[in-house]
Amino acid sequence: MTSIRRLFSAAVAGGLALALVACGGGSKPEAQSPDGIDLRMTVWTSNKDQLALFTSIADAYRAEHPNVRRITFDSLPFADYNSTLTTQIAGGNTPDLAWMGDLSRDLIAGKALVPLTDKLKGTAGWEYGDLVDSVTAEFSRDGQLYAYPFSNSPFGLYVNTDLLAKAGQTVGQSGLTWDQVSKIGGAVNAKTGKAGFVLRDFDYSSWNVLGTVWPGWGASAWNEDGSQCGMNSDQMVSAFQFLHDAIYVDKSMPGPGVKADFFAGDAAFTVAQVSRASLLDGSFKYAVYPLPKGPAGEYSVIGQAGVGVLRSGKHVEQATDFLAYLTNPVNAAKLAQYFPPPRKSLLTGEKLAASNKKLSAAQLQTVVVDQLDGAVTLPNHTKPAEISQKGKAALDPVWAKDADVKSVLGKVCETLQPLLSR
Amino acid sequence: MSMTAFWTGRRRDSLAGYLFVAPQVAGVVLFVLLPVALAVYYSFSTWDIFSGEMHLNGGSNYADLVTDPQLPKVLLSTLVFSSGVVVLNLSIGLLLAVMLNRRFAGVTAFRAIFFSPVVVSVVAWTLVWGFLLQDNGGINGLLSVVGIDGPNWLQQGPTAMASVIFAQVVRSVGVNVVLFLAALQGVPRELYEAARIDGANDRKIFFGITLPMISPTLLLTGIITVVGALQAFAQIAVLTQGGPGVSTTVLVYYVFQQAFEFNNIGYGSTLALLLLSFVLVLTILQWQLRRKWVFYEG
Repeated sequence: MTSIRRLFSAAVAGGLALALVACGGGSKPEAQSPDGIDLRMTVWTSNKDQLALFTSIADAYRAEHPNVRRITFDSLPFADYNSTLTTQIAGGNTPDLAWMGDLSRDLIAGKALVPLTDKLKGTAGWEYGDLVDSVTAEFSRDGQLYAYPFSNSPFGLYVNTDLLAKAGQTVGQSGLTWDQVSKIGGAVNAKTGKAGFVLRDFDYSSWNVLGTVWPGWGASAWNEDGSQCGMNSDQMVSAFQFLHDAIYVDKSMPGPGVKADFFAGDAAFTVAQVSRASLLDGSFKYAVYPLPKGPAGEYSVIGQAGVGVLRSGKHVEQATDFLAYLTNPVNAAKLAQYFPPPRKSLLTGEKLAASNKKLSAAQLQTVVVDQLDGAVTLPNHTKPAEISQKGKAALDPVWAKDADVKSVLGKVCETLQPLLSR
Repeated sequence: MSMTAFWTGRRRDSLAGYLFVAPQVAGVVLFVLLPVALAVYYSFSTWDIFSGEMHLNGGSNYADLVTDPQLPKVLLSTLVFSSGVVVLNLSIGLLLAVMLNRRFAGVTAFRAIFFSPVVVSVVAWTLVWGFLLQDNGGINGLLSVVGIDGPNWLQQGPTAMASVIFAQVVRSVGVNVVLFLAALQGVPRELYEAARIDGANDRKIFFGITLPMISPTLLLTGIITVVGALQAFAQIAVLTQGGPGVSTTVLVYYVFQQAFEFNNIGYGSTLALLLLSFVLVLTILQWQLRRKWVFYEG
């Protein structure tokens, strides 16, 4: 009886082991079914109109390429996008194409992306020379473009003019400085109890968003090649001292732990990407200006998103071909109604206004088109999540009322430098 | 041998038994043992997810445990959080259970109220607390009514830790209350009557009869609460994201950061094994110590 029981146990264990071997490990066979190729692209939008546009372009591509059976747009939550995409790659479930933001440098450094330059230049009618140089730099390495920068949305200053009027304040676009914004914001706060200015999506957590402020002081998080920390520079200390004073002296910027949503009417000013204009619901009068000047003068900042082809995807050649189609001049013009395009031919106030109901042609010319040339991007580096998290932990003390700004920023660099040097 | 002779009643029973446990065994193998085995393998590896390169690194992840400047702070946060949760959860749970183990009007409603947070989604529960604990949130609003200028709860290390402990205890204490209540109601009445006749006061009865009689439940709730405290993740992720600084970064959240945010799968796996070893040691310790303080009838 004992031997039979052992035999049976061994059979069960063997069966389980076989099941495990069958279920896990090993690479999947080529996914091309006899019926055709399936492509998958990960995106972080769940906007129905945007997804419908992508689907319509994909349908047109499939009509020209009968070997492509299906193209799906896999909508992942923005907050978990990087970790979900990374997990998919780690698990062997790599999408063929993917949107990318601050993960781009890791993907490029890890040689996870397919170089696109030759394909795009070789595609008839694609017009590679139409791309604005300043917007391709973030996704290029050694002269090769690794992701098409489909969205290049400058940051601007949104103004709730109703709230300003209620506080007896006025503001003009010309020569507006950060100091003026803080003083006016403080006056609004004192008069109405509403916030002066908020930096959208900062929330005392995503400190890279402060990269929309510190260029005004001539500061940068690190040097051009990303090897030396710049958080402890004199310019950066001045920029952070300005923010600290805005919280505790002018009382124009809400402190940590205080929620204020400009688009719900809670603040006089906000810094946000121009693409956020869609959040304006008409409940108050507004204006949109370029970013205010700092002591170092005028500057502009853009937030970018790119789309690239994953080298470990199952249909690299077909995915690259679809990307070239998706981003050709005709389709780029369609995408421009949602995403500020990287093509010179599409970058005029009139053309952008044709599909933008919130901002006028003149506003779009001023806050989008005129800002792209020479714009800097938010700080980006390989290992973005680790730098962001460890930097945040080191930076947290700067938001205390009695903080020694210079000392805290010195410690931030002590924390970041080993990561930058790796 | 014919099939009829082979399939005796005993063998049929055995087969039925194996088939009944097979789904559970498969689940444990697939979702516990295999991941643990893989974690051990990854802990000796360096894996660059994007390039797809993985190689054994001779245990350098274990050396990193010693040199990681954040780990001591994380372990201290874990100790403070777990101790706070365990002590408060068990003491408040027992206190509430004793109070609710009486007959008075509305006792059922009170029992339901204290248990109700347990059935609420932990993320939803924590999100609500996140709003309440903001500087301009509901709690400070209430405090201001009585003239108290409340602290910025989630933005200062000590109050942030106190807040996550409080949110965790209030949500989970209901389970312990139910278990303690069941145990209290299982204590034979005649023991209390005999003690009263012998002149014992309430304090002596509680420590001399009640506690020993419910000690098996204390052991169970102790193990559950310790393990639960070491696994608390959503509260930290939603309320503080480990901050300010690393003041609320407990070990399980640090594992998540290293493995899934920083993509250091090897070091994250090593930290996960460290956490597993803590849970194992504490559970074995409690189990061994039961002989000294747990009273088993008969």
